[in-house]
Amino acid sequence: MSNLIASTAPKARQLTPEEIHDIEHEKTHYPYAQAVGLEALKIVQKYQGWVSDESLLAVADYLKLPPDELEGVATFFNMIFRRPVGKNVILLCDSVACWMLGCDNLKSHISSKLGIDYGQTTADNQFTLIPVPCLGDCDKAPTMMVGDVTYRNLTPAKIDTILAECKARG
Amino acid sequence: MTLTNKPLTKNIEAGRAAFNFAQYQAAGGYQSVAKALTYKPRDLMKLVQDSGLGGRGGAGFNTGLKWSFIPEPDGGPRYLVVNADEMEPGTFKDRLLMENDPHLLIEGMITASIALQATMSYIFLRGEYKEAEKALLKAIKEAYEAGMLGHNIQGSSYSLDMALHTSAGRYICGEETALINALEGKRANPRFKPPFPQVSGLWGRPTLVNNVETICNIPGIVANGVDWFKGLGINGQFGTRISGVSGRVKNPGCWEMPVGTTFRTLFEDYAGGMQDGYQMKAFLPGGGSTDFLLPEHLDLPMIPGDVQKAGSRLGTSLIMVLDDKTCPVGCVHNLIKFFAHESCGWCTPCRDGLPWAEHMLLKLEKGEGSLQDIEILKEACGYMAPGNTFCALAPGAAEPLQSGLKYFMDEFVEHVNHGCKYHKH
Repeated sequence: MSNLIASTAPKARQLTPEEIHDIEHEKTHYPYAQAVGLEALKIVQKYQGWVSDESLLAVADYLKLPPDELEGVATFFNMIFRRPVGKNVILLCDSVACWMLGCDNLKSHISSKLGIDYGQTTADNQFTLIPVPCLGDCDKAPTMMVGDVTYRNLTPAKIDTILAECKARG
Repeated sequence: MTLTNKPLTKNIEAGRAAFNFAQYQAAGGYQSVAKALTYKPRDLMKLVQDSGLGGRGGAGFNTGLKWSFIPEPDGGPRYLVVNADEMEPGTFKDRLLMENDPHLLIEGMITASIALQATMSYIFLRGEYKEAEKALLKAIKEAYEAGMLGHNIQGSSYSLDMALHTSAGRYICGEETALINALEGKRANPRFKPPFPQVSGLWGRPTLVNNVETICNIPGIVANGVDWFKGLGINGQFGTRISGVSGRVKNPGCWEMPVGTTFRTLFEDYAGGMQDGYQMKAFLPGGGSTDFLLPEHLDLPMIPGDVQKAGSRLGTSLIMVLDDKTCPVGCVHNLIKFFAHESCGWCTPCRDGLPWAEHMLLKLEKGEGSLQDIEILKEACGYMAPGNTFCALAPGAAEPLQSGLKYFMDEFVEHVNHGCKYHKH
């Protein structure tokens, strides 16, 4: 039995030179390696799209942090993805100002158009839909982000255009 | 030369890129740094205290007084941390400042750090603020290149470093001790106080945590003086602040205005009142964690004490307007859902109370609720009241719930009998 566990347990992968370079840069800002944990997870996510067990163990190894503690941090924060996501992560603001201006309808629109609910990814791996707490753009509600870009004053028609553009970019 | 009456937004112009270092300096920027270097640190803290500047993150505590609790330097590290984790629902003022005039924040941080004799300063920025991240990284780099940061600033004996930390999304990081834990790379659970961060903060060292807008006030106060700052306010208040409006108003947005301006001026003159066909039913005066106020409260000046007397909090002073065609029960449900999701899970009233409250509000919205649910919701507000929780998250969450129950009880009861008349479920 113990052999079975040992043989299937995930193992740390090698970090890429780009990941190591970026993590080393972050280390210059803090006196302790633990403080770099979250930034390092974000760096890995930037290059890999998400944080796999193998990536998490690699970061823990590299920074000499207990993997369980790093996992505790990884699962605490909304924006660390511990499951694979699509090429375009849609963060739809569902907080109160956007809600008052109809974000529930936009959610239905996106869901029916892409055939996915919150937390799901399209079969072609293009889109993942996630709700996000107040994006701090309430005067331009309703809002969402796709990747690093924020879109404001949304309507169903505007969303159609944005999704088409994202898909064309691939 | 006439001194500006809009120290926070004087460099901000719609459609124009943020000033770079040279442009910012040419517009009178960074004067406070040279001036601060001629002060004794304690005198600088006293100056800020005398200006009456209150924290702009929501609590409103006197900034200089908060600073004054930092012990004398002992040769070890000391930290200034700027809370740029703007996540209070309905709040979008720090975004404006950081995206459009990043050097104002950096100047404020350097000047504040001189007062505090900080050795290192961090900006704790919410990860979703990508435009602000870009603007701040560029501005920090320019400030280093100009000798405004780094070793022996402007030829003085004072040295300061600055770094940008981008978070990964959790409302609780706005609580200063939770923010410190997050910055140390830990889960963002709040810490027990005392000791306060001024004495034992980041890595157990003296630390000040201040909001973005608070720090953006420092350059003006130090460069132009206390009398100038005091003259900016109205109704007995000092300085300016950024207030704003969201919801179904004609012209949503945020603007710099004298502290002491009334809600009515903000709502009618700046935001243009309601869109045609809508009436104001109520408003949240300063974020999702403040009690509802009614149209009859619009003539109150935006002063913490006055708003408190009316049964709410000024909070971040960006108001959200609930209109007559939006369900108040649904609105409270949305807010409680946010807080339930954002609870750090540390203490029971918050971790368990909020999801239960959310569940009952959803039942009411779906027409499946009972009068007993309403009674339990009232009771839950008591369990989440100040003194029963580890930090201010749950008491804040209870504010729109308790005031929603107070002002819209008829509609809550109507939901029991007929379900929601506003939205289909």
